[in-house]
Amino acid sequence: MTNSTFTRRGVLKTGAVTGAGLALPTIFTSSASAFTNEPTGSTVKFGFNVPQTGPYAEEGLDELRAQELAVEHINGMGDGGMLNTFTSKALDGTGILGKKVEFVTGDTQTKSDAARASAKSMIEKDGVVMINGGSSSGVAIAVQGLCQEAGIIFMAGLTHSNDTTGKDRKANGFRHFFNAYMSGAALAPVLEKEYGTERRAYHLTADYTWGYTQQESIQSFTEAMGWETVNNVLTPVGAGDFSSYITPVLQSGADVLILNHYGGDMVNSLTQAVQFGLRDKMVNGKQFEIVVPLYSELMAAGAGENIKGVFGSMNWNWQLQDAGTKAFVQSFGQKYGRPPSNSAHTCYVQTLLYADAVARAGSFNPCAVAEALEGFEFDGMGNGPTLYRADDHQCFKDVLVMKGAENPTTQYDTLEVVEVTPRAQVEYAPNHPMFGGDAATLGTCNDGA
Amino acid sequence: MDAILLQILNGLDKGSAYALIALGLTLIFGTLGVVNFAHGALFMIGAFCAVVMQRLLNLSYEVVDPTRTDFLGNPLKVQMPYVESWFGTEFGGGLIEWSVPLSILLAIPVMVGLGFAMERGLIKHFYKRPHADQILVTFGLAIVLQEIIKYFFGANPIPTTSPDLFSGSFDFGVLLGFDPNTIIYPYWRMVYFLFALIIIGGVFSFLQFTTFGMVVRAGMADRETVGLLGINIDRRFTIMFGLAAAVAGLAGVMYAPILSPNYHMGMDFLVLSFVVVVVGGMGSLPGAVLAGFLLGILQSFASMNEVKSIIPGIDQVIIYLIAIIILLTRPRGLMGRKGVMED
Amino acid sequence: MLGLSAKDTRFLLIVVFLTLATPFLLQPFPETSSLAQFNAGYPDLMQKFAIFGIFAIGFNILFGLTGYLSFGHAAFLGVGSYTVVWMYKLLGYNVLPGLVLAIIISALFALVIGFISLRRSGIYFSILTLAFAQMSYNLAYSVLTPITNGETGLQVYLNDPQILMGENSPTSPHLFGIVMRDSTQIQMGDWLFTMNNGYYFCAVIAIIAFYISLRIFRSPFGMMLRAIKTNQTRMNYTGLNSRPYTLAAFVISGMYAGLAGGLLAAMDPLAGAERMQWTASGEVVLMTILGGAGTLMGPVLGAGFIKYCENIFSKINDGVLHGWFAFMPDGIEDLIVAMIHPFVGKGWHLTLGILFMLVVIFLPGGLVEGGQRVARLFRRNKKAGPGDKDPEHHPKQAPHVAE
Repeated sequence: MTNSTFTRRGVLKTGAVTGAGLALPTIFTSSASAFTNEPTGSTVKFGFNVPQTGPYAEEGLDELRAQELAVEHINGMGDGGMLNTFTSKALDGTGILGKKVEFVTGDTQTKSDAARASAKSMIEKDGVVMINGGSSSGVAIAVQGLCQEAGIIFMAGLTHSNDTTGKDRKANGFRHFFNAYMSGAALAPVLEKEYGTERRAYHLTADYTWGYTQQESIQSFTEAMGWETVNNVLTPVGAGDFSSYITPVLQSGADVLILNHYGGDMVNSLTQAVQFGLRDKMVNGKQFEIVVPLYSELMAAGAGENIKGVFGSMNWNWQLQDAGTKAFVQSFGQKYGRPPSNSAHTCYVQTLLYADAVARAGSFNPCAVAEALEGFEFDGMGNGPTLYRADDHQCFKDVLVMKGAENPTTQYDTLEVVEVTPRAQVEYAPNHPMFGGDAATLGTCNDGA
Repeated sequence: MDAILLQILNGLDKGSAYALIALGLTLIFGTLGVVNFAHGALFMIGAFCAVVMQRLLNLSYEVVDPTRTDFLGNPLKVQMPYVESWFGTEFGGGLIEWSVPLSILLAIPVMVGLGFAMERGLIKHFYKRPHADQILVTFGLAIVLQEIIKYFFGANPIPTTSPDLFSGSFDFGVLLGFDPNTIIYPYWRMVYFLFALIIIGGVFSFLQFTTFGMVVRAGMADRETVGLLGINIDRRFTIMFGLAAAVAGLAGVMYAPILSPNYHMGMDFLVLSFVVVVVGGMGSLPGAVLAGFLLGILQSFASMNEVKSIIPGIDQVIIYLIAIIILLTRPRGLMGRKGVMED
Repeated sequence: MLGLSAKDTRFLLIVVFLTLATPFLLQPFPETSSLAQFNAGYPDLMQKFAIFGIFAIGFNILFGLTGYLSFGHAAFLGVGSYTVVWMYKLLGYNVLPGLVLAIIISALFALVIGFISLRRSGIYFSILTLAFAQMSYNLAYSVLTPITNGETGLQVYLNDPQILMGENSPTSPHLFGIVMRDSTQIQMGDWLFTMNNGYYFCAVIAIIAFYISLRIFRSPFGMMLRAIKTNQTRMNYTGLNSRPYTLAAFVISGMYAGLAGGLLAAMDPLAGAERMQWTASGEVVLMTILGGAGTLMGPVLGAGFIKYCENIFSKINDGVLHGWFAFMPDGIEDLIVAMIHPFVGKGWHLTLGILFMLVVIFLPGGLVEGGQRVARLFRRNKKAGPGDKDPEHHPKQAPHVAE
């Protein structure tokens, strides 16, 4: 049943007390309460749905650590982390609206079906008011759709596809993480500065929706600055051996290879491209370069030395020097002995943002919470001044351009921050064609009543 | 032309991995008649032997460097490998760099031991059981093995590098009179191909030219009669299982620099290796090797942009398409024997 | 009754009772006790029990009776799901047209795949079916994205035509206005029982599916299929062509799979490509073997067992463990939690793997055999002498595929 890190001894006791009060049989339908899973007791329950098995298990584990930490901070344990630097002061460390936060965890397996099953069990069995987490866009979109139907709030974890807040945007879903379009917008100027405007790019793209949206975004930005796109080759997910896709690259006359891969695919394609000696070659009189548009610390660790000097983008990194980042890294590092990853950061921030929105709205009703989040401006969460845009529920904030470090001192600083791209540079219109155009709508908020 | 040559190279390399895994699987099928769903896990454990060796050589003590700080602002602890402080950075560093080839030494005893333990402890009791039961028990074992690996090494891929000597790539194009940079191939992949040839050759000559091999081949053909002749075929079958496990493990060890090991890589190879074995024909070792190389090369061709532009997505299904075509035209695969796993 | 023997009728009635009482039987622990973690009586999981039960019953008609081991049944599951979601998109949220069409289309698929694959037997047949399913999966995941919506999964958008949608039609799957998602909850003391429309819809279909399978098992057609399993060569020598019989069994089990896939989408309007992956095909094979291939109840038990592990064990985390053992002294509590920790939460796969091995090692006939052993134990106590004729088990456990 319930679980919590702070009142583990109280569980049995509270159980005995509430049990006595419900002796008579009563019959009611689910529409009796004001909205789905309206919390009635002294606690409120969050659902943390992350990959715990499969290729992204390590990332899921880090998200779980961060979510646990966020719950601690909301309940007033530990040092408070980013609550000290967050510009909104609605949370006071006594839980939310006087209710202590508890949480349940589940395994998405990085499969839409399993993720939805896990999310449903959280909604139907555990009675959660909000679901947070995930490490892939397919899962995020699937769970977001479910939360919309069920009438609870979905705070997306790591999901980078344009579709999450593009053509698949939902009124009950919110994304803090950046997206493929922002990656392109942030990377392009840096690539132009480093590699010039006369480049020929060859794309290897993971053959599924996230890959498509990222490739489309990067191509449009690199072409806008004068690069030519030689070819875009779709590679099967989990191909393992990418040699037959890498070998034609040099023959094509391209001088930049862009790897639209994530996770294990990115580790293998990058490792193998380096093994093929691509980065030692001179093509068209220029040094051959590789770009990995979406980085994550854990995947960078998997690629080892091969990422040295390779550019990519990230939502956030622990090496930033602002107060919010420092507070979070300190608090996370004290507890777990390692710096947080950027997916951990996004899950932590999302949990706090949800809690704060509830406190400001004065209600757990998902529609009231959504209203509080829409158009919300805040700072102190590590990404500078941030806006939760009302039109598509996407956060707008600074984006990081990263590079594989030449001389890392520990296993945690294999990536270094090259540039913090200001928010203005990555903004776009809500009806941008890459985000579903005018056809994309949030729909109406659903509170399940 | 050069593009085709390149894809043949790629295919040979992919094919050597397929062939090695299928070879081990066929040894177990052919000799013991057991459907081993844990074979992919053996390949994965082989790859992790390389990781373990790398970890062993990198066992370190901590030196506090007061001039630098870690992410929490405490003085940085620098890891100093014991090997380097014992043998000096030159030789010790060299040892660390050569960890993948060195781990062959570790992999052989580990894999043979694991094979023995599996056969004596578990598989032995399933010879007389239906194949469905064998599938269930070996699948369960595969899950257990990979979860144990995940428990100790995590779910992330672990970078495993080849020695510097073999890093970089060789320019075949210049050798064959093409323009430079058209046909380049990494040294390590060539090493892998040669290594696979040696292992395959070794297994075949072992079965062909030794008395032991002769008995095993006789046992594959007619287990009962060989038993009646007073030969302890069971003990030999145990050894064959160990051998098959070692072949799978060695395929994994040397593949580690190409494919960073992670705990579920075995499952990714499992289905493919069954397809390879069946296309080769049940119970035929040459068939398994032939099918491995054939499917590897065809898959590489299907990945060519020219082919993909005609039939999109062909690279994703080519293996299965070829399997269907071959099984429909040749009822027992390429070189399968009559009556093996056919009912 | 219904053309069944007295014994089978009794058996069917027991199944009907168990199915209808599931929301109560699966909720044995009061909400407030810490063991409520093990309660499985919530709509999604109960629906999954019924749906995967149907899937496994159908698979068993092919595998249990004929011994042909298909490794590609997930393809039909996926086809069924895609069909139903497409019907939502085109017509509206009533599940009936989609389900009917799902059965028809998966039957056509099964006819084509079965016709080709059944030209071979044994492991060659298994690999052919596997190849077809993997091709479907890979294509659905990537190239066919316009039809399947790829990795994200096919879902209904507000701007879809939905030509049969009226003003007041429900905006989620329903059967003539009965909304699948709606439930009635009954609170009795500390117990909370959820009676979900979708579950009862699946349950009724599951009972019908079970009844049909029972009839097939007892029919001359069923005998013919068993004869194929026992000795196909001998059957051919008697001048019978066995192919039409195996093909019929293949198509029937494909239709069951299509129906199950359709029901998945009827409960939850989304169809993902991974439903077609080999792991999904393997899952139904494992369910059937685990429960007991060739038995009527076995596959259903196997399906329930695996889905229960997946959904319940994966949700137990350290916090829950500490909750359970909170009454112990701190040191012992931490020790016990540390000992259980690797087997739950992110380690639920490990538990599943160990259970697979234990079941197959100690219960060669699957879970059904376990049940029989227990039953025998009781009976021996009552009246010495084995009355070994359970209706749920045909007399002799014949050897399985590819022997």
